[in-house]
Amino acid sequence: MGDAANSASTEAERFAIGISFGNSCSSIARISPEGKAEVIANEEGDRQIPSILSYIEGEEYHGTQAKAQLVRNSGNTVAYFRDFVGKEFKSIDPTPCHQSAHPQQKDSTVAFTIRDTESETPNTVTVSEITTRHLQRLRRSASDYLGKDVNAAVVTIPTDFTDAQREALVASAKAAGIDVLQLIHEPVAAVMAYDARPEATVTDKLVVVADFGGTRSDVAVVACRGGMYTILATAHDYELGGASLDQIVIDHFAKEFMKKHKTDPRENARGLAKLKLECEATRKALSLSSNAQLSIESLVDGVDYGSTINRTRFELLAGKVFSQFTGLIQQVVKKAELDVLDIDEVIFSGGVSHTPKLATLTSNIFPEKTKILAPAASVTAVNPSELSARGAAFQASLIQEFEHEDIEQSIHPMVTVAPHLTKAIGVEFTSQTDSNFQPLLGAETALPARRIAQYFAPKEGGDVLVRVCEGARDIKVTKPEPKAKEDKPAQDEDDSDFDSEDEEEEEIREIVWKTENPVAELSVKGVKAGSKIEVMVHVNADLGLQIAVREVGAQNAVRGAVNGSA
Amino acid sequence: MYNSIEDARPGAIANLETPEHLTRDWLEGRIFGAEKKGWAGEKDFKIVGALSGATKRTVEPVGPHFLAHARRSRHNRTFSEDERLQAQNNVKKTETEEDDDISEDEDPMMLAREAKDWKGQDHYAVLGLKKYRWRATPEQIKRAHRKKVLRHHPDKKAAQGKSDENDSFFKCIQKATDLLLDPTRRRQFDSVDENADVEPPTKKLTGSKFYKAWNPVFVAEGRFSNKQPVPTLGDEDSTQEHVETFYNFWYNFDSWRTFEYLDEDVPDDGESRDQKRHVEKKNANARRKRKTEDTVRLRELVDECLASDERIKKFRQQARAGKDAKRLAKEEEIRRLKEEKEKAKAAEEQRKKDAEEAAKADREKAKKAKEAAKNASKKNKRILKGSVKDVNYFAAGEPSAADIDGVLTDVDLIMGKIDVDELAALAEKLTIAGTDSAAVKTAWSGEAQRLVDAGKLKAGEAKVFV
Repeated sequence: MGDAANSASTEAERFAIGISFGNSCSSIARISPEGKAEVIANEEGDRQIPSILSYIEGEEYHGTQAKAQLVRNSGNTVAYFRDFVGKEFKSIDPTPCHQSAHPQQKDSTVAFTIRDTESETPNTVTVSEITTRHLQRLRRSASDYLGKDVNAAVVTIPTDFTDAQREALVASAKAAGIDVLQLIHEPVAAVMAYDARPEATVTDKLVVVADFGGTRSDVAVVACRGGMYTILATAHDYELGGASLDQIVIDHFAKEFMKKHKTDPRENARGLAKLKLECEATRKALSLSSNAQLSIESLVDGVDYGSTINRTRFELLAGKVFSQFTGLIQQVVKKAELDVLDIDEVIFSGGVSHTPKLATLTSNIFPEKTKILAPAASVTAVNPSELSARGAAFQASLIQEFEHEDIEQSIHPMVTVAPHLTKAIGVEFTSQTDSNFQPLLGAETALPARRIAQYFAPKEGGDVLVRVCEGARDIKVTKPEPKAKEDKPAQDEDDSDFDSEDEEEEEIREIVWKTENPVAELSVKGVKAGSKIEVMVHVNADLGLQIAVREVGAQNAVRGAVNGSA
Repeated sequence: MYNSIEDARPGAIANLETPEHLTRDWLEGRIFGAEKKGWAGEKDFKIVGALSGATKRTVEPVGPHFLAHARRSRHNRTFSEDERLQAQNNVKKTETEEDDDISEDEDPMMLAREAKDWKGQDHYAVLGLKKYRWRATPEQIKRAHRKKVLRHHPDKKAAQGKSDENDSFFKCIQKATDLLLDPTRRRQFDSVDENADVEPPTKKLTGSKFYKAWNPVFVAEGRFSNKQPVPTLGDEDSTQEHVETFYNFWYNFDSWRTFEYLDEDVPDDGESRDQKRHVEKKNANARRKRKTEDTVRLRELVDECLASDERIKKFRQQARAGKDAKRLAKEEEIRRLKEEKEKAKAAEEQRKKDAEEAAKADREKAKKAKEAAKNASKKNKRILKGSVKDVNYFAAGEPSAADIDGVLTDVDLIMGKIDVDELAALAEKLTIAGTDSAAVKTAWSGEAQRLVDAGKLKAGEAKVFV
């Protein structure tokens, strides 16, 4: 009856969730009736469901159960396949699949040869089919949890997904009975997950989203302007990820094992698989506690192995990899032609972001006012593994009621491509000694935009002049001592003690606004003492300006318009 | 705080509706240097420049603010127009919501209820939600509660001067709200809420009356289903698949209905433990019994509906008609095949017969020709043999026996070597030669010589015709 009811209800009732579909893990989330994002646990109680499918005797295993099969049944276990969707065989990097079913070519797309039925002969299953099966399992988990038939979703994708990959993913989801309402970018989903919290307020900010996943890392700079998001720059590293850190733990324990037993567990395929699985768990445990254990039964030649590692040791060993992560962040800030001082927030997303050292290293790069949103640095941080799914769920709740046509029109380039301000617009304040620029609309604000702000008038009242100008940001460097060192070099791999000593000599860098291009001047006459002035600036898409200034409480406002240049 | 409005729109999430951002307040008095020279203070507004260019970028199509942006740009609205329209929409919505749950009349009997026999009260009636019952949302229950409390709060009564100290109905309201807002207890009550049941029709109905009478019954029963949505009964035009889905669903009905609400109170004084256990056991048995009865009742209900459902009969007839048609078609096919086979067989026989006759005629003709050839060759042989005899065996006088024998041996030899056509040719030559001895001999010798040349006869084998 399930299918009949499905087809009948797609039109009538749409029930949408957010899906974060990752290479290593996937999660599903929805917005609860109270308006909070809620990540759904599957039947096994996992909120991060490994994107792995395994087959034994025709029976399908999914998630954690399938992951355990990587040791004994690696040939029939499909893992790390998200990035293969919609790609040509010759353009994929099969390295992550080294210890699971190997990708093969089938009509230029990617496929896996696995025994997914009870018969002995293996079948060739395309990656689209695998994706469909995976999404089907996710959908079933969500439906079971919610007691309603889930038939639509917003799915997150990396920023470098091509149109072909998008189409393939949508088609696979359709085959799994999921109507993809929209595909949204992972970094934006992460920002939105924070902005959708009930306690959050809308602010103008520049955010670096560092998404450190299991097999790859993506970093993006996102400009948040009045609740609208624009990606300014992205950087990807397809080899850096949790697996790189796992490798360090693996090598560490393998060396320790070799000292005792003279055999290298990494040379035995099953030994390596076991070691990999356990080391991943150990590495994750190290993010939470300062000590973690590892115990593997029958690692090689029937030898049981148990050991512990502490966090400091791990951080020392992984210093190089950590600097790769932080280097990626610095690289993307540079690519966006920004300075670390411009960044207001760094959002950590993805499983590896639990690692405390990454957060401390990153906070060393950025000035103190920059908020580092990682569990190790902030108590209010959201679980980084859940960010994408939460953001997707939030978007799903917003557009669930919309018609497909409506959504398509809204995400059409006609609507999404908008002019952005190249320079900040603000109000200049002049005192006896110097003039001071206060930005009202930041650079990279999508147009049309409108801002209203209130300022205190001079205490004594009287006539007031308001000058609306474009401003430029300068970085002022003050050197407290002549022997101060160069500031720029990235300080990643040195220990923190050295850093704090160094700080004394470091030069002080701060942001200074300079008035560059006055646009209009307005005057309000006869302002009462102690009152406030409200300034409204509206910028049209053609760069025309409408400005209105009035005394708060007064009826009459001084208005004026500047014609657009474009 | 100061209100500063951005292009935010009342979105799905309340916190994003009025962002209090971009508020700048500088308390030092160094603002707006009006007296400062060089500023164009004479006029109210003066343009002194233009904005520098803009870059085109793609806005990420997510979030409530983007949706507002999309709405504006698609409908070509300005900020203020859009705000106004959205505000209007929101107003309309709340008004209709307010309208639809005007409280129902209160039965004076109900108002006089005591709170202590809360188990017997109709909680939905107490809150004025009789027309919603199990359909009432928690939101509606909360609203109804608020409304009732406003009317029946003891303080209110005291203010009106009716200080009869009787707040029992208020307690009833509280009891009802507590129960209905607790999902578990609400289910227990809904399970035994007889007022929500719809009685099945008592007599057999046909046509559209059947669907009209039975549909509400199943909708009401469907509230107990663990699987939602529940398939509908449909109407006379429903597909067979739909009807089958419907009956399959109801015969495999997965119900959450429980009968805990009807339990006898378990004494909770610590003294009589045995008594307590006894009551608990009794309750458990009673629940089980009621559940079984309910399952049986539902089954009978579905049986009854199925029995009088005309669609089943219709489908059966259709199936039978379909089967008959199929059978007839099959038979027709078989007949046709048989006919074709017979036709083919007859044609084959005819063809065979014709062929046989032709073969016979051919044979006879060949026989005749053969006989004629035989006769001809006999005749020719006679001519050949006669020819040597006619010329007296080439002897001048009476031929000797040896002469005759020699000539005849050669004649036989040559005749044995030549075929029918050569025989005829030789015979013709001999006939022309007639009784001329030399010509006859030349003909024979020529023939012998030809045979020698053809390699059929060895030179010198013929003694006379050299």
